[in-house]
Amino acid sequence: MTEVHIRSIAKSFGPVPVLHDITTQFAPGSFTSLLGPSGSGKTTLLRIVAGFVTPDRGAVTIGTRDVTAVPVWGRNIGMMFQSYALFPHMSVARNIAFGLERRGIRGAEARALVDQALEMVRLTGFGARSPKELSGGQQQRVALARALVIKPSVLLLDEPLSALDRRLRQDMQVELLRIQRETGLTTIFVTHDQEEALTLSDRIAILDRGRIVQSGKPAEIYERPQTRFAAEFLGDSNFLTGTVEQGGVRLADGTLVQSAHPLPAPGAKATLAIRPEKLQVSTTAPNRLTARIVTVIYAGPVLSYLLETLDGTRLKLFQANRDGTILAQGATITLGWSPEHAIPVAE
Amino acid sequence: MPNEASPLPGPQSPGTGLHDLRGPHSPRKIPGWAATTALLLPAYAWLTLAVFLPLATMFVFSFLNKTPMGQAPVEFTLRHYRAFIDQGYLVRIAWNTLVMGFWTTLICAVLGFFAALALVRCTAGRQRETLLVLILLPFWTNGLVRVFSWTMVLRENGFLDSLWHLVGDGSISFLYSRPAIVLGLVHGYLPYMILTCYIALITIDDAVIEAAQSLGARWGTVLTRILIPLAAPGLISGAVLTFVPVIGSFMEPRILGGKVGMTLGTVIEDQFTQAFNWPLGASLSFTLLAVVLAIFATFSGVLKRGAAA
Repeated sequence: MTEVHIRSIAKSFGPVPVLHDITTQFAPGSFTSLLGPSGSGKTTLLRIVAGFVTPDRGAVTIGTRDVTAVPVWGRNIGMMFQSYALFPHMSVARNIAFGLERRGIRGAEARALVDQALEMVRLTGFGARSPKELSGGQQQRVALARALVIKPSVLLLDEPLSALDRRLRQDMQVELLRIQRETGLTTIFVTHDQEEALTLSDRIAILDRGRIVQSGKPAEIYERPQTRFAAEFLGDSNFLTGTVEQGGVRLADGTLVQSAHPLPAPGAKATLAIRPEKLQVSTTAPNRLTARIVTVIYAGPVLSYLLETLDGTRLKLFQANRDGTILAQGATITLGWSPEHAIPVAE
Repeated sequence: MPNEASPLPGPQSPGTGLHDLRGPHSPRKIPGWAATTALLLPAYAWLTLAVFLPLATMFVFSFLNKTPMGQAPVEFTLRHYRAFIDQGYLVRIAWNTLVMGFWTTLICAVLGFFAALALVRCTAGRQRETLLVLILLPFWTNGLVRVFSWTMVLRENGFLDSLWHLVGDGSISFLYSRPAIVLGLVHGYLPYMILTCYIALITIDDAVIEAAQSLGARWGTVLTRILIPLAAPGLISGAVLTFVPVIGSFMEPRILGGKVGMTLGTVIEDQFTQAFNWPLGASLSFTLLAVVLAIFATFSGVLKRGAAA
């Protein structure tokens, strides 16, 4: 188990700054997702840890060793790529043995390790096949076996599941998590898929324009987003903007919204984020807003409603499809929510 | 199969799956063989006219006792195919030609591969396009001009010597030698090798190289274990495109080789232009063709493996 430290990393590509002064650490055996939209710098950060990109400033430490100046081949990392990146001219077994050969492990010892790795990814007996003869999911499992067999200090995953279809992706998520727990490898996972990040990680770091805007446990980030970006990028959110007064936020239409969380000083502007599934149709809740249903989206287990308040604020409401009743489009309803669920966020 | 799921009521009986693909409004049916023949006819007609007919004519000539022009009657003979036995010096010339072809191909392969690698790995966009055009430039110049310009560089007190005189005395001119021939041939055929290697290398996913590095491979290992095996089809087709015309070449050996520039190409050319012995020229050509085919047959296993990768 190895810790990875990143200290004051900055990187620009030409005049374009990609990462600004990033400092973070990845605890031993943890599974961390770097989550962000494209262009947020998440892939660059991963590639700096891997050694494919040299940072302009800052240092990367894997375990106790400062690897900032160590080339990729000397870092002992396991890496998985979105395109699988198997060696097309080698059999599955030779693909997996490639990293072992680089470490001088050959012959019977290598064969035993390759078999062990194939067993771990449930592909026993596939050693003689060519990568071309495997499905996408199988190829990605070979790539995982190839990355794990060298007993890397850290496992780096660059959107490895994005090329798989939904069903296969879910199976691979389970598999990946099982193997990560079994091996106890410190894992850094780059993704733009928020659901994947929530399912897999112990910790999520949300990146936006080259900065980590928030990091923490998935539930912590989801329940207590600190910025509008974090609230919007991880899950859906409704935003209500107003001025702080009397321990609440006064909206433009005069409604006072209570929040159970610390607010800025009275008189300041504030934005509250409320998750769409935390809203309910209620006339008794402490916080209430009246809105008209504009669109009804029926998605089986969940119903989504797009609503509009009198002053034009757009809202979303998610309801579990508990008894099959669907609210009518055009109806005006009163939404209520608890002050606990009104989270003040920075713009 | 799309026809299994298709709810379209087809008039065809079950089992004629192919016809279903044409849909219910398919036009008058042309038999498959007729369509194939009609489509292939222009290509084969052109091949017949441009390749098979001249080759066949030369093949017939190679069995005649003299050039079939004028009034004298001609006879059938196999003696020209004994030329390598009757005239022993031809074997030496053939050997020199193959050695020349080998060195030219090898140098082209090494230079071409690394040039293509540099193009693929270190350039992008506009810069890459410009460099590709520059590489193709020798194709746009007349071959004769290109070869003669090398004589200007290589001759005694030529351009190369002038440069040498800046640092040393004497002459390093090597015009009229085998290296000079190889130099001229490499210059002429290098673009083929660069292009075929470039096409092979550009298709290699960057992630494959990165994966190898992440597993502990240094550049040397990446080169020998990943890049060269994956670019083998390009290297092999480049080698074929270079070797075949090089061993038949006569202009470069004659102009840059002078007295040592005797190759099968020049001997054959002499038979057609100087000695007016077309049958001997033709038989030597076919012997050369047989040698080339034999070489490729020997390496066909390697070729197939390369093409499959």
